[in-house]
Amino acid sequence: MLEQFFEEGIALGLAQAGAVSVLVLATVLVARRQGIHLEKESSVAMVRGLVQIVVVGSVLVLLLQGPQWTSVLVLAGMMIAGATIAARRARGIPGAFSISLYGIAFGSGVVIGAMTFLGVIEAGISSLVPVGSMVIASAMRTSSLALDRFHSEVTGHTGEVETKLSLGVAPAAVVSPYVETAVTASLIPHIDSLSSLGIVWIPGLMAGMVLAGTDPVYAAVYQFAVIAMILGASGLTSLVTTLLIRQRAFSAAEQLVLRPEAA
Amino acid sequence: MSALVPVLRTERLGRKVGDLHIVKDISFELWAGDFLAVTGPSGSGKSSLLRLLNRLDEPAEGTVFVGGRDYRDMAPRELRRRVGMVSQRPFLFPGTVTHNVAFGPDQRGEQVTEGLVSGLLGRVGLAGYEERDVGHLSGGEAQRVSLARTLANSPEVLLLDEPTSALDEKAVMDVERLICSVLAEPGLSGIVVTHDRDQAARMANRVMIVERGEMARIGPTEEVLRA
Repeated sequence: MLEQFFEEGIALGLAQAGAVSVLVLATVLVARRQGIHLEKESSVAMVRGLVQIVVVGSVLVLLLQGPQWTSVLVLAGMMIAGATIAARRARGIPGAFSISLYGIAFGSGVVIGAMTFLGVIEAGISSLVPVGSMVIASAMRTSSLALDRFHSEVTGHTGEVETKLSLGVAPAAVVSPYVETAVTASLIPHIDSLSSLGIVWIPGLMAGMVLAGTDPVYAAVYQFAVIAMILGASGLTSLVTTLLIRQRAFSAAEQLVLRPEAA
Repeated sequence: MSALVPVLRTERLGRKVGDLHIVKDISFELWAGDFLAVTGPSGSGKSSLLRLLNRLDEPAEGTVFVGGRDYRDMAPRELRRRVGMVSQRPFLFPGTVTHNVAFGPDQRGEQVTEGLVSGLLGRVGLAGYEERDVGHLSGGEAQRVSLARTLANSPEVLLLDEPTSALDEKAVMDVERLICSVLAEPGLSGIVVTHDRDQAARMANRVMIVERGEMARIGPTEEVLRA
């Protein structure tokens, strides 16, 4: 229907974004009637998301004409931004930013590097930046989830943790059940995404490739490869994040420093 | 260990949280066979003092000597094996009684025989409980398992933080008697934190009274509690 009022291009895009925004606004109003206040966070996220994606789109236009190495800078910038956002969700955890940054950089860096080397991701900016951004964004979500879950597990079990420390158990062994829980919980969304692929959802990348005229079977297999890459990167991110936070949870004298009151 | 050296000695021990001294300038000695009760009003710093003794918290001032050795020079795991702690709540780990009792040595890769577990359970009055699931134990039984679990590390000093405060009246007396009988065994000294002066009088041969984080009095039980 919108096509009848707007010509193709930026005007049509803005109209589509406006229509979706109205829908989100309606959801926020319904939630408000139930006493759930999402107004501020939703509106800030919507405006930020729109501005950021438009800026990125504009930057991509410039980058596509630039040298290939600039994609590395863009991906590095995304990793830093991702670590900043993940750390914001992990208040109360000492060194949350550096933990997130190392986790995201290692998880997504290894996967993007290896897949680019093998040719699964084309080395060109037009392929490397969008696919890389999907991998980094998922690593960021995984890092947030792993940090949050580990923090709640440990602070919810301080009695058990200190009982084990008092029995002379090594800190790594003390928190190993919580590391396992945090890694598993942080990967659930990605495992669900992979197992529901094609049944519950057809991701945008595949839809875009098909619309652009790519063979649908190749598009489907490539989409699987991307989702599997995301799972791989997220797994590495989660492992590195939880291993690092495990060290920060204790002092050099093996005292628990991750405490509820620090949150 | 030499009889001339106290099993545990604190030297001007203190801990601050922010600007507040929750433990201040506490020096005392615990000799082999001593059973010291630390008592005082709620929030006076009794449990905070206990947590400093096995270094669950870091002192802001002073230090602790275990067998004459500054505990900052000891590996924390060795310290905590030698200075064992039983907390107010037992915090048993899911599984059987045996799994709990053998937990400490197991985690260090030490062999724990069935005979050793049975012996420890016999000492705490739970003979035959080896295969019981800890989810089915009463409060008193759970606290006994907690005591056996700490004893499995063969500690030299036993720290007990309000060990009976979560129990009913009958279980309190049973656990009290049990702790006294365990601490009567040679080679073991103990420190119990309790808000109950009567309990301190029943259990310990020495008493320390803590007020506002500072040691107000220390000495033989009758002398201190009569004052």
